[in-house]
Amino acid sequence: MSSKGVSLSARQIISKIIVYLLLGAGSIIILLPLQWMISTSLKPLSHVFRFPPEFWPQKIVWANYPDALTQLPFDLYFRNTVIIVFFCLLGEVIVSSIVAYAFSRLRWRGRNALFIVVLATMMLPRQVTLIPEFIIFKELNMIDTFWPLILPSWFGNPFYIFLLRQYFLTHSRELDQAAVIDGCSRFGVFWRITLPMSKPVLAAVAIFSFQFHWNDFFRPLIFLFSQENYTLALGLRFFQGTYGTEWNSLMAVSLVVMLPLIVVFFFTQKYFIQGVVFTGYK
Amino acid sequence: MSLAQFVKNQSGIASINVGYKRGETVLAWAMVSPWIIGFLLLTAFPMIASLALSFFKWDILSPPKWIGLANYVKLFSVDPLPMHALKITVIFSLASIPLNIVFGLAIAMLLNTNIRGLAVFRTIYYLPAILSGVAVAILWQWIFSSDFGLLNTALRVFGIEGPAWLGSKIWVLPAFVIMRLWSVGGGMVIYLAGLQAIPTDLYEAAEIDGANWWQRIFRITLPMLSPTIFFQLITGVIFTMQIFTETFIMTDGGPANASLFYLLYLYRQAFQNFKMGYASALAWVFFVAILLLTLILFATAKFWVYYEAESDEDN
Repeated sequence: MSSKGVSLSARQIISKIIVYLLLGAGSIIILLPLQWMISTSLKPLSHVFRFPPEFWPQKIVWANYPDALTQLPFDLYFRNTVIIVFFCLLGEVIVSSIVAYAFSRLRWRGRNALFIVVLATMMLPRQVTLIPEFIIFKELNMIDTFWPLILPSWFGNPFYIFLLRQYFLTHSRELDQAAVIDGCSRFGVFWRITLPMSKPVLAAVAIFSFQFHWNDFFRPLIFLFSQENYTLALGLRFFQGTYGTEWNSLMAVSLVVMLPLIVVFFFTQKYFIQGVVFTGYK
Repeated sequence: MSLAQFVKNQSGIASINVGYKRGETVLAWAMVSPWIIGFLLLTAFPMIASLALSFFKWDILSPPKWIGLANYVKLFSVDPLPMHALKITVIFSLASIPLNIVFGLAIAMLLNTNIRGLAVFRTIYYLPAILSGVAVAILWQWIFSSDFGLLNTALRVFGIEGPAWLGSKIWVLPAFVIMRLWSVGGGMVIYLAGLQAIPTDLYEAAEIDGANWWQRIFRITLPMLSPTIFFQLITGVIFTMQIFTETFIMTDGGPANASLFYLLYLYRQAFQNFKMGYASALAWVFFVAILLLTLILFATAKFWVYYEAESDEDN
């Protein structure tokens, strides 16, 4: 920032210190709920309701985790969630990128008009269409199966179409044209040139999709009924309903449910943040 | 700026209306066809169907019965809960959205001061934004516990005896606002990118002209970021108004309906009471309410959202 002098003035040093203090305090506030969660998950139940509450557990009970996780078939819920998330993610990445390609790299009449419709659906609260959607899936005998959760993903997601289109637009058209002259088909350009050049944005879409479907509660709540079809979100809700005040068990299970997201985030945060920036700012 | 203009500005080659190739057109329609089919089956048709259903009484089991505007009459004047739910949903959004923008901007500005450890701070602040849903709701239910919760324990350090939060008619909405502030990092990374894209020569010129810190913020930073803030505001309205999971898990609308957000009421009517006609009317009123709010925001945009002079050459 200081382009004027080599050494920082006292005023600049003080303002630096204030910035670090504020950011540090903010970081503590952001991380405290997670610390609280871990700490509670390791306490014996009698210590959970001690007053004043212990900030660090005085006695660590690792057994809370296996105990809590075996009270309900969480392995089954985990399996169900993975199946749903996997097929949703696959559909959203494949179909959205195909649709986005047509909206960005091909020239055709009606393209912009149709894209405005895509943007409009992005703004639509999904609840307006929910009741007829429920009835459609009921007529198809698909209630209490994974189909109502997975199928919509295979028609493309407007948000991801938007994101991918914006990214595809940044590629140069000369490259496409050169490939076409060399005898590559239009679809070949998409498959061999556009997609390989778009790995960061495809990663971002995959991560967003994973995050959304992993966390999703509303749609599983409406479409799934039998316990053997429950996702982790529904299982967690069921667990809360049954063991409502065993906060150590609740925190343990909640943390395990969050953990895959946190792990994925730490390994892919570059794409994550790029993707967020690309949608919100460009 | 209209939506059409927005799309046009961004698509570059759009204004050149020459040379549509037949093969390219056919391929394009083939490639967008999944979306078109999905749009017709899962958006357009259900929207019309739910509008139609809103004039019927229907419990799924017996045939639907035409009742005209009765659902809407009930919604606006007989049943007090829909308007109450809409009111608290709007109040919550009016508190939550601006606070998230202000804090998001403030943190982004602090991070944009050439500090060391930017990546670490950014990761920490962004982390809660990826977490949502049932697990987060359960965590915050525990944080807000009046005797043993983290928040009141922290307040006691400062000698403050905190309220019962989720058990209090007054404090339950502020509690939800606080919870949503935890994920302030989602907007923050976007503002940070926006800040980093502002050309530094603007600030240098301002400094030469003797502009102070406040003037630089209000004359350069905020105008340059205003399109980004506007976009966050619009998506914030749509996203925040749809709050559901947190209230379903943490309070079930209580105490005394003080956190009965609109979607929770809609869910109860549709999927617990099976009043599909009434719930469809509720859904349409909600849709129109969000649309109106969005349109009002779009109308205000010309007073405060600054777009750089559009030059076709740049596209």
